[in-house]
Amino acid sequence: MTLLRDVARWFAEPAHYRGTDAVQARLLEHVEVSGLAVLIGVLLALPLGLYLGHTGRLGFVAVNVANIGRAIPSLAAIALAIPVAGTLLGAQNALGFWPTFLAMVPLAIPPILTNTYVAVRGVDRDVTEAARGMGLSEAGILRGIELPLAMPLILAGIRTAAVSVVATATLGAVVAFGGLGRYIVDGLALREYDRLMAGALLVALLAIVVEFTFGALERLSVSPGIRSERRAF
Amino acid sequence: MNRSIGLAIPFIVAALVASACGGAGTSGGAKPAITIGSTNFSEQLVLGELYGQILEANGYTVTRRFNLGNREIVFPALESGQIDMEVEYLATLLAFVDKTATGSTDPKVTATALQKALMAKGITVLDYAPAVDQNGFVVTKATADRHRLAKLSDLAPVGPQLVLGGPPECPNREFCALGLKNKYGITFKEFKALDAGGPITVQALIGGQIDVGLMFTSDATIAVRGFVLLEDDKQLQLSDNVAPVVRNDYLSKAGDDFRRLVNSIAPKLTTAELTGLNKLVEVDKKDPKDVAREWLKKQGLIQ
Repeated sequence: MTLLRDVARWFAEPAHYRGTDAVQARLLEHVEVSGLAVLIGVLLALPLGLYLGHTGRLGFVAVNVANIGRAIPSLAAIALAIPVAGTLLGAQNALGFWPTFLAMVPLAIPPILTNTYVAVRGVDRDVTEAARGMGLSEAGILRGIELPLAMPLILAGIRTAAVSVVATATLGAVVAFGGLGRYIVDGLALREYDRLMAGALLVALLAIVVEFTFGALERLSVSPGIRSERRAF
Repeated sequence: MNRSIGLAIPFIVAALVASACGGAGTSGGAKPAITIGSTNFSEQLVLGELYGQILEANGYTVTRRFNLGNREIVFPALESGQIDMEVEYLATLLAFVDKTATGSTDPKVTATALQKALMAKGITVLDYAPAVDQNGFVVTKATADRHRLAKLSDLAPVGPQLVLGGPPECPNREFCALGLKNKYGITFKEFKALDAGGPITVQALIGGQIDVGLMFTSDATIAVRGFVLLEDDKQLQLSDNVAPVVRNDYLSKAGDDFRRLVNSIAPKLTTAELTGLNKLVEVDKKDPKDVAREWLKKQGLIQ
């Protein structure tokens, strides 16, 4: 209970909303790196997943290769990203935002790629065959039939990616990045458990907000055709 | 039945290991197993190995709990008995255990004060070595030239334009940012939390994310990278001689043989020797285990 009271006091302290270590500044840094990593993850994994799902070619291989990404410990990925960022972007970018970002992208890709591939593969073959029979182009089938039907599952993949990136971006604090992980790493080093708990709480809250936002998007994205069918029940 | 056999096996193995390692037919007396801990920078791993290996070579079973974290983590582990021994730095540990204590530049005075402060905690300081490893503040050659920096007091006028980098606990430590402010009147534009004078600090100095970095004065990387170590002209850093600290309950179990072995290292360990050991590990990337064994052999401390 004392810890809870200390955490509440920590949040009430005006000094924690000023300067480089301010809560809103750390939150913004955290959202920036996570958002950008998920965005790049979507740009890479979504087209690939759609293509593989539509053609059905090599999909299994690609999904399994991407899944290796899940097996790499994120802490190791971040440490390895330091020399990579240093080589690609110069020594002035070898710490902080860039290694954190570079390590988060491979974490975002597997769920998006897997869900997109499975979602598109899962579209009823009779429906796509009928569309083909009606003279729709392959691109037309993908855009007009497969994508709308697959959308809820694709969004579920992006949601999984976003939640795990938000939770894992805390590790950026180890490579001199800011973000909410700063409170956790510094709180542990200083044995200031109120700070540590406040950081953990903020990360958990952010992850929950992301989870609910995507959950709502998923429900909205259900194709009207299927939705009306659901209403009938 | 099974249980007693299961219990017997570790003892047999331990006995075999002990007799195999013991070699030189050590004189009698108990040799209780010891757990040695260390904090999170490479010198600590070498020091842990030095003390660990001299004990192993004389028939002690040593469990290593190295790289546990900073002092905020390791010292409580010693107090609570999760580890029996660690290698410390006199003045820094004194400031840590007794916030009101004033250390000294004389290691003898500091060691006496430290022993007094540790008495109630059931911990003993064994012989300190002449080797000193203090917190040092370094800048790149370019930064030193631009702001004409040679000693710490040169930092006072330009500090507000510069970024300091160090371990996350630095702002609260007397021998780090807190002392720079109180003793030298130096404040910085920003503090960036990095590691304890390790590769991330070096990287941040090279990359220009920080201007001033906390490193350890016995770190050979400073010279190898051509960094400038700012002279501590107002003597913020005190006598941070290397010294092993051991729990009293272990000492009373192990007795004089243990004390004699541990204390045999101190006279040989000078700052130059320590810096040399650090260079082998950090610059030449050798295994701390091998580095420690070679050194002990060279000094005639083990066979």
